[in-house]
Amino acid sequence: MKYWRRPLDLDKVCLPRAEVRIIEERCKGCNYCVTYCPRNVLVTGEKFNSKGYYPPHVKNQDECASCGLCQMICPEFAIYHIVQRPEVAEQSV
Amino acid sequence: MIDEQVLDGLHPMDKLLRADRIPHIWCPGCGIGTVVYSFLSALIKSGLDLDKVAVVSGIGCTGRAAGYINLDSFHTTHGRALPFATGLKLGNPELKVVVFSGDGDLISIGGNHFIHAARRNMDIAVICVNNFTYGMTGGQLGPTTPIRAKTTTSPYGNTEHPFNLPYLAAASGAVYVARWTSLDARRTERAIGEALAKKGFSFVEVIAPCPTLYGNMNKMKTGLDQMRFYEENSVIRHGAEPKDVDITLNGQIIVGKFVDIEKPTYLDLRDNIGSIV
Repeated sequence: MKYWRRPLDLDKVCLPRAEVRIIEERCKGCNYCVTYCPRNVLVTGEKFNSKGYYPPHVKNQDECASCGLCQMICPEFAIYHIVQRPEVAEQSV
Repeated sequence: MIDEQVLDGLHPMDKLLRADRIPHIWCPGCGIGTVVYSFLSALIKSGLDLDKVAVVSGIGCTGRAAGYINLDSFHTTHGRALPFATGLKLGNPELKVVVFSGDGDLISIGGNHFIHAARRNMDIAVICVNNFTYGMTGGQLGPTTPIRAKTTTSPYGNTEHPFNLPYLAAASGAVYVARWTSLDARRTERAIGEALAKKGFSFVEVIAPCPTLYGNMNKMKTGLDQMRFYEENSVIRHGAEPKDVDITLNGQIIVGKFVDIEKPTYLDLRDNIGSIV
């Protein structure tokens, strides 16, 4: 990320990171998560599941800031995120 | 806790869901699942003892919610979720009773129960998922269908005035009235949390997409089209007069918290019967 000036507390604050996981067999392809992810982590997948729906695919895992909107908005309980521990988060910034 | 999640590969909400029944029967794009998530999430954050929470549903698409929630949940007859919940609360006042049902169940078939439960100020939290139609029976005209909206039983457009649910609830005596759309998942969660903490009849209306029936007949063929409509047309106006929050077919959807007052509940009055002047 680029800053126009270096924030004074940059060494203390780190962006939360999370890993996005998808339970593909539950997905019904409504695309809410893909559309409303504020950092465009997800794209519509190209492979279909056993019901013929296209579950999302995690494209930019590093961009995820652990906001949890995909998990909240998914009507199928098919996507969730695992918040990474701070030391892991620091390494990936 | 994080490691547990990683190990079982389960959704974090699976502990409160009957996970063997998921995937549920709701259509792709249906908003009810989002509302169930918001409700469960609010329930966890509220810190209530989950053994003392009962969820009551009626019939209909939203009525299925009780079957998916792994708490003491009851699936009652059509429109009778509120009388059942009233009985439950009277029988065991320690319980936190939540009614989770749809607009057809609560407002049309159970309309009279609704106004009287609100009038008595029974200590019940009501979550009403409003999709403007009777989904399970095939998309018929309901009491919340906006004027000019097409449904399977009004193919030339609806000519009946719809109910304005926050106004109905507020006029009947509800102490907490809020409306959100299922797109506002986090705000819905907060509103449901407030409704659970409130003593008395609290009412949260959540507008949810029904792409298969209502949306399909009204030029919004996917759930995403309806979500975009909410995104563009919903206006947050806290404290708005409930009579001004009518929903029209293509007009603004006014959302927010409309009523939050204090009033003695039915049980308060009953228990202090001697001291009322």
